[in-house]
Amino acid sequence: MVPGTKPKDPPHLSRRDSEAMGKRRRGRNLAMLVVLLLLAALFYAIAMVKLAGTSMP
Amino acid sequence: MTDTALAVARKGRGDDACALSPLPGSDDMLAGVGYSTAGDWFALLKPRVMTLVVFSGLVGLLVAPGHLHPILAFTAVLCIAVAAGAAGAINMWYDRDIDAVMRRTSRRPIPAGRIDPGEALAFGVALAVASVIVMGLATNLVAAGILSLSIGFYVFVYTMWLKRRTPQNIVIGGAAGAFPPLIGWAAVTGGVDVMPLLMFAIIFFWTPPHFWSLSLFAHADYARAGVPMLPVVAGAKETRRQIFLYTLVLVPVTLLPWLLHETGAIYGISALLLGLGFLASVWRVLRDRQDEAGVSLTRDAPARAAFKYSILYLFVLLGAMAVDRMAG
Repeated sequence: MVPGTKPKDPPHLSRRDSEAMGKRRRGRNLAMLVVLLLLAALFYAIAMVKLAGTSMP
Repeated sequence: MTDTALAVARKGRGDDACALSPLPGSDDMLAGVGYSTAGDWFALLKPRVMTLVVFSGLVGLLVAPGHLHPILAFTAVLCIAVAAGAAGAINMWYDRDIDAVMRRTSRRPIPAGRIDPGEALAFGVALAVASVIVMGLATNLVAAGILSLSIGFYVFVYTMWLKRRTPQNIVIGGAAGAFPPLIGWAAVTGGVDVMPLLMFAIIFFWTPPHFWSLSLFAHADYARAGVPMLPVVAGAKETRRQIFLYTLVLVPVTLLPWLLHETGAIYGISALLLGLGFLASVWRVLRDRQDEAGVSLTRDAPARAAFKYSILYLFVLLGAMAVDRMAG
């Protein structure tokens, strides 16, 4: 921010827009959670398969 | 155009506290960047294109000699899908200006203002890098190397270099879509052989008749965007001739795996029958009723039919190849 200037007011959203924004954000967050959980499960499975294929000395 | 749309979208984000003042355009435009849904991000990956990429990569895995653990095979196909999606996202970032003026693509998340271009680029690059790394860790470096080559080819050679410069864009650029069987094969074997190269050639020669059939009835969009698709540059008549000639090359190429004893009769007979069907379809395109300028008098009905047939053709052809190899 340029020194000496006032910060801008936050955007004014109508209740409808605000609810719609919250709904979309929750949807994105939920999708991200599902993707991360699936990725964790996939990496775990890959590690297990790789370990099983590694012969112990 | 895009910049205008994005400016409107950014404005809608609230910098000027204007969200209460309706702007022209859709609710999504009003909502602006930052209001995207998970579906918008998924749309960036071009899921419909991904279907064929995944299928051809899977066939590459299935026909390859050797064994890959099902979890690693699933990971390999997932990496192919994610890489294709990543390349699609980067393509949408780069082509956002022409997407905005084409009716078919103007509702995509970037030109519609629902996703910021920079975020789309970051999303695409992150997915591309991740897919290559995971492919390398789960399978081998050859598969990861070909995967990175295919992404680079689609982004740099097709999207950035050829697409806006030459009507041969999809001939050379079509190679990008032909990589998945090579990647699938390499994931299993750790190398490349005659068979995956033949699969590469099949998809390579299939691409021009497939895309040019589409461009015959969508060329107004391409002309508006200044993309030098063959019908825009050389006319519909020449495009119909090229479609027929490429299909004439394609059909013998599809028979090579059988003639070289890489596959058996199930595939050979399927390829022959499907090829004859494709030739009949593009013959109707060639003989379509048209005026002196080559403009179709049937609203390009044969081209629409050939486009649909070409999709079915490749799915069934590759499916027959997988069945043949597994049965043999």
